[in-house]
Amino acid sequence: MFEIGGDLLLQGNEACVEGALMAGCRFYAGYPITPSSEIAEILSQKLPQIGGTFIQMEDEIAGIGAIIGASLAGVKSMTATSGPGFSLMQENIGFAAITEVPCVIINVMRGGPSTGLPTSPAQGDVMQARWGTHGDHPIIVLAPSSVRECFEYTIKAFNLSEKYRTPVILLSDEVIGHMREKIMLPEPEAIEVTERIKPSVPPEWYIPYEGNSAGVPPMANFGDGYRYHVTGLIHDTKGFPTSKPDEVRALLERLQRKIEKNIWDMAYFEEYLLEDAELLVIAYGSVARSAKRAVLDARSRGYKVGFLKLITLWPFMEDIVLERAERVRTVLVPEMNMGQVIREVQRLVHDHKKVRGINRIDGTIITPNEILARIMEVYS
Amino acid sequence: MEPITDLVHKYLRHDKKFPTVWCPGCGNGIILGSMMRAIDTLGWDKNNVVLVAGIGCAGRLPVYCDFNTLHTTHGRALTFATGIKLARPELNVVVVMGDGDSTAIGGNHFIHAARRNIDLTAIIFNNSVYGMTGGQYSPTSPYGAKATTAPYGNLEQSFNISRLAEAAGATFVARGTAYHAKMLDGLIGKALLKKGFSVVEVIVHCHTYYGRQNRFASPVEMLFWQKEKAVRIEKAREMSPEELGDRFPVGVLVDRDIPTYEEGYEKVRETAGEAIREIMEEEKSKEKAKSRIYEEL
Repeated sequence: MFEIGGDLLLQGNEACVEGALMAGCRFYAGYPITPSSEIAEILSQKLPQIGGTFIQMEDEIAGIGAIIGASLAGVKSMTATSGPGFSLMQENIGFAAITEVPCVIINVMRGGPSTGLPTSPAQGDVMQARWGTHGDHPIIVLAPSSVRECFEYTIKAFNLSEKYRTPVILLSDEVIGHMREKIMLPEPEAIEVTERIKPSVPPEWYIPYEGNSAGVPPMANFGDGYRYHVTGLIHDTKGFPTSKPDEVRALLERLQRKIEKNIWDMAYFEEYLLEDAELLVIAYGSVARSAKRAVLDARSRGYKVGFLKLITLWPFMEDIVLERAERVRTVLVPEMNMGQVIREVQRLVHDHKKVRGINRIDGTIITPNEILARIMEVYS
Repeated sequence: MEPITDLVHKYLRHDKKFPTVWCPGCGNGIILGSMMRAIDTLGWDKNNVVLVAGIGCAGRLPVYCDFNTLHTTHGRALTFATGIKLARPELNVVVVMGDGDSTAIGGNHFIHAARRNIDLTAIIFNNSVYGMTGGQYSPTSPYGAKATTAPYGNLEQSFNISRLAEAAGATFVARGTAYHAKMLDGLIGKALLKKGFSVVEVIVHCHTYYGRQNRFASPVEMLFWQKEKAVRIEKAREMSPEELGDRFPVGVLVDRDIPTYEEGYEKVRETAGEAIREIMEEEKSKEKAKSRIYEEL
């Protein structure tokens, strides 16, 4: 069933599949799009081997609709796509957020807008992943930067999605998705897998959307004897549509709170050489690889440079970023877009002028040398 | 037939506030009644029924019903239903849509669901107008009909939903009307029983928006129009197109057996499972051979 034992040479997309299966994913629905299609192809082969279900739908809208349906029926579900497909999914991502249905969406980013650059890497969907669907809503977005992280953070994506009853987006990119690296997969027993909390009360006492201290109500699956209503309309605690201001506010605030109050539980990042750093590089995804190399090169030339790799992009790790950014004279944010994460950093720091970007939007990756040159340029 | 009050208590939610969102005189309640009677006749366990709907007046139906109910996004009900049915095939999944839901914004999902043939039943409330948004024209508005977005008359030809479903591959297609409520009970019951993708198109009136703009004075007048224009399919088959004119056939239009997606997928699982068992056994025998060699050394 799983590719366990010994070293493997896997693509990022393949590692996502292994992670998903280990996390308990047993349903995939989607529509092919490069550079994500390997995920669908491999799952079409593996899911039926272990009693799961794969279905290729008529478009991406149908893909995410089907995974929300399957998850409501109690099966862990995912879809995978890239920019144009991710745009099509936005309405139903909002549906999953407001109805609190766990699901995982992998977006292997390519250049945009529109059909854009098939298939060169980009990081242009960071803000879309946060704000792509309309209205205020919670979301969790994780960005892997290696094959190993594709595996690990696909599992974490499922776990967070089940624990917090929210869609989770794994924001990969073309470089990470197609790159091959050595990886040794752990035994399934060594993996921590989270399951959604089911109601412990009898059906007649079940109030499907009642808040609790964690902000995450237990979830009954369709067919388990708890007959309740699920709607994309703003609903009261029973799940019935409401437009009463108090009930509207209560729902939307709880949705926001359940993620924000638990940010400590989903704040994934790595940091290097920060102790004496005077310049901090903040990067994520494939660019984090170049950034780390550049920081090490800069150190070997005597520059006091530190590196912060963001894995959790949303909710934005404000405290973690702010504390580190305030300690240095200059912050550099290289990203393959015209400046998306940099806005968050600038918004946080006292002196936003000390935050500088390195941006590429031509379908090529930002090289370590480019970052190193910029470090040397702005260091003093 | 069960007295309606018993069915109301059995199948409608006690904790949901009534009246419904529908206008007084709306035909949607008649279809709801038919659905309840059909489900009651089949004796389905309420816990195993999932009612999925899209957006619009028809989309508001599930909230009143005491099943597992899901009110999805506009046009996408069938996609959610697909996921539910494949994840848990023992559930009876029924989808309620309007004409806009099923043939405009959700037209693509509709034809593909029919082609794919998953065991779902789609009940389509065809009132030839967008009611909830205020009377704009829909894909089933007749040519020339007035609508709030066609004040000079509709320039588009209308879809024939039943024939669309048939052409796309549905295993069972029936058409009924809100007027022929007794017949509708039977059509819905048969559709629910049918294995594969079944469709019931129900001609229903929207006097508030369609009627008011198109010289129908009242819901009663619109119901009588349904009575006059509907021809039983058995009779319609013997009529020439000229004889049939602007009348439409009602009854079971299509009933055929086509293998369902789930049946096919079960076979895929068996084949895939065998393949993986073979690989695992091969690995095991390799390991055994290795340990034997190891011990011999």
